[in-house]
Amino acid sequence: MIPLRVTDVSKSYGGVQALKPTSFDVRAGEIHALLGENGAGKSTLIRIMSGLIAPDSGAIEIDGEIVHFRSPRDATRHGVVTVHQELLLFPDLSIAENICMADDAGPFGHIDRDAQVRKARQLLAELDSADLDPEMPVRHLSVAQRQRVEIARALGRQAKVLIMDEPTASLADADVARLVAIVQRLRGRGVGIVYVSHKLSEVRLLADRVTVLRDGRFVDTREAKGMTEADMIALMVGRSISELYPKGESRIGAEVLRVDGLTLAPRVRNISFTLRAGEILGLAGLVGAGRTEVARLLFGLDRPSSGRIFLDGREVSVSSPEAAVALGIAYVPEDRGAQGLVKTMPVSANVTMASLGQLLRGPFLSRSTEYAAGAEAIRRLGIRAPRGPQHLAGKLSGGNQQKVVIAKWLRTAPRVLILDEPTRGVDVGAKAEIHALMGDLTRQGLAILMISSELPEVLGMSDRVLVVSQGRMTGLFERADATPERVGAAMVAEMQEATAS
Amino acid sequence: MTAIPHRSSQGRIGRALVGHGQVLVVLGAIIALFIGVSFVNARFLSPANLTTIFSGNAYIAVAAIGMTMVIITGHIDVSVGALIGVLATVAGTLAVAGWPMWLVWLAPLVIGVAVNAAAGWLVAYAHIPSIVLTLGLLSILKGGLIVVTGGEWITDLPPGFFLAQRDVFGLPLPLVVMTVLTLAAAWWMAHFRFGRTIYAVGSNLEAARAIGISVERTTVGVFALHGLFAGISAVLFATQLTTIQSTVPPNLELVIITACVIGGVSILGGVGTVIGAALATIFFATITSAMIFTNVSAYWLRAVIGGLILITVLADVARRRGQA
Repeated sequence: MIPLRVTDVSKSYGGVQALKPTSFDVRAGEIHALLGENGAGKSTLIRIMSGLIAPDSGAIEIDGEIVHFRSPRDATRHGVVTVHQELLLFPDLSIAENICMADDAGPFGHIDRDAQVRKARQLLAELDSADLDPEMPVRHLSVAQRQRVEIARALGRQAKVLIMDEPTASLADADVARLVAIVQRLRGRGVGIVYVSHKLSEVRLLADRVTVLRDGRFVDTREAKGMTEADMIALMVGRSISELYPKGESRIGAEVLRVDGLTLAPRVRNISFTLRAGEILGLAGLVGAGRTEVARLLFGLDRPSSGRIFLDGREVSVSSPEAAVALGIAYVPEDRGAQGLVKTMPVSANVTMASLGQLLRGPFLSRSTEYAAGAEAIRRLGIRAPRGPQHLAGKLSGGNQQKVVIAKWLRTAPRVLILDEPTRGVDVGAKAEIHALMGDLTRQGLAILMISSELPEVLGMSDRVLVVSQGRMTGLFERADATPERVGAAMVAEMQEATAS
Repeated sequence: MTAIPHRSSQGRIGRALVGHGQVLVVLGAIIALFIGVSFVNARFLSPANLTTIFSGNAYIAVAAIGMTMVIITGHIDVSVGALIGVLATVAGTLAVAGWPMWLVWLAPLVIGVAVNAAAGWLVAYAHIPSIVLTLGLLSILKGGLIVVTGGEWITDLPPGFFLAQRDVFGLPLPLVVMTVLTLAAAWWMAHFRFGRTIYAVGSNLEAARAIGISVERTTVGVFALHGLFAGISAVLFATQLTTIQSTVPPNLELVIITACVIGGVSILGGVGTVIGAALATIFFATITSAMIFTNVSAYWLRAVIGGLILITVLADVARRRGQA
């Protein structure tokens, strides 16, 4: 009996096929790892298996019978429970209430609270977590403890299949070891586990089988035994990178930015690098490795506990974002919806947001200058806004929104542009345009620090690649030396030590 | 409150105290007020004054039960004072028109449920923010009431109408109704599926959806229940005096919402108990009465209550910020 099998499932979003026909199954008492880069189709497959979305084609079978999940609730009823990366718990309810909710309510929906506390205590004990008091509100728990509460909830619902999405992404080392033990224990009880993780050392340690997706396509399913991390990376990347991301030639000039021993423990430890005019420095690392934290320090959003920052050879103090802008440092954050764009305002207002001083005519903001600035941004960056500068930023596509954010920072005449995940969530065409734009900007002498979770993007766009892992530098490669294997190995470098110790 | 199982353990008792700190603070404040003011003016403890404090404000406490549920779900209703005024007028008008008394008393409950269920439906399915919707409803109800009654008071009420002036077991009926409803609602919210659903939706909407709770049905249900309590509140209000004024006690909705907040209901949803809200209502009534008995200007009362609201909300926000 196979507790969960999907056959040839596929899913398209508005003409883009996020998942091409893919088959996947998990056996009882097995840990089946699902690997792939961002955008490979992992999350789409998980969403299908957990009942969040319905596939366009293909079939889902539970114990050999074809089923249709109408909702996550429905999937749970069939024994397929998902522990999401962003844990879905009720902070104001107690652990026992979170685990049991109203699952075994009596007549009129009456809930026996003492029985629920007993049940929760027993489930937690099975997870070797008797230290958690079932009557404590979840609000007071750490992320690792919350995760155990979610797993206990899944167990309480008689999960036959447990889907774990990046379960260790935000855990400290000690908690990872504990989680690994719990997952092995669940396997011993006959639960089938779908394990999604970027941390390949963990996958090697835990998985019985490995399935790799790439570009929305099924690549292979293999026995994990005998596979090395390099084998996994090769399957995940598996293509010629230089063909896809032509950075173009640019003349690399003098040093613009130098960072020496930048530290803000625990996420940033002793980071040093230089960035030259006309250069793209790729900052690679796993999610949570400390990449965004480095950017935040450079932009003055956080203050380093030690380390020095030099601009044009002079030491500077980046005490606030305002100071950073004045120094010529611009930062396009990862979450452009929340941090980069005012969606309810037009393109022109967004583009001029960081350089309002340029619009002043006496005490007044000049509407005509604002409009002209919007029109110029649209022309220069090729923003597709049918209504011109008055087009609301929120109504643009993801790629065009990103261009608006970049245009906003270009108006501050920066020397250094930090781009955090510049092409996350934009479609393929816009991605190529943003890459071309980055090439143009370097030819104009701008220095770019690019953070990206997509290895091909890092390798294809960067003149040099800096790799961080758990807050430390684990590699600095010239373009010619930056092979997927080397960079990939550096990305998981310290992780191995952590799991080994 | 009723949620604490009876097993002896110091940790359990300690946690119970911490978990319901605000309720205990309010309770302590009421007792302290009673003791303090009775020294200044012994008549404060006279049966007549106690009846005014407890029984005369029972209708507010009853309305606060429904409001508590609405706020815990993550919504707000600023129209409930106007609704109570309308429903009281409906009851009075029907009584004057000679309808059977049981129908007179039942009509406000039915209409209250209907009006608020409709409001809840618009909030849940038409995605109108509850504050906007109930602001609109407030204007409609208040304006409509003045237009229909012409601002006149209802005075010639039949003698059988005055339900709130009756006694049960030797106690004023409003006091008994308030106590029974508060305890029943507290028990229901702690020990039944729908009660838990209310907390779940207010605590984490997305998580509630993910485990298959119908957020929409919960919203409509909570608003309908809130309408029921508003109806009961209106009957108590209408039948306690010999006249029904067409102007509701001004700012009644604010008093009710404030009672919830000071009673420990989080304005951000997910947290609170009806017992806290009921106690806070009594607390207000006690302060008001105490100020009269100690000759303090009524204007100070508003300032004191305003200060209490700010402190409570600040504490709530600080607590939320402290969570991971």
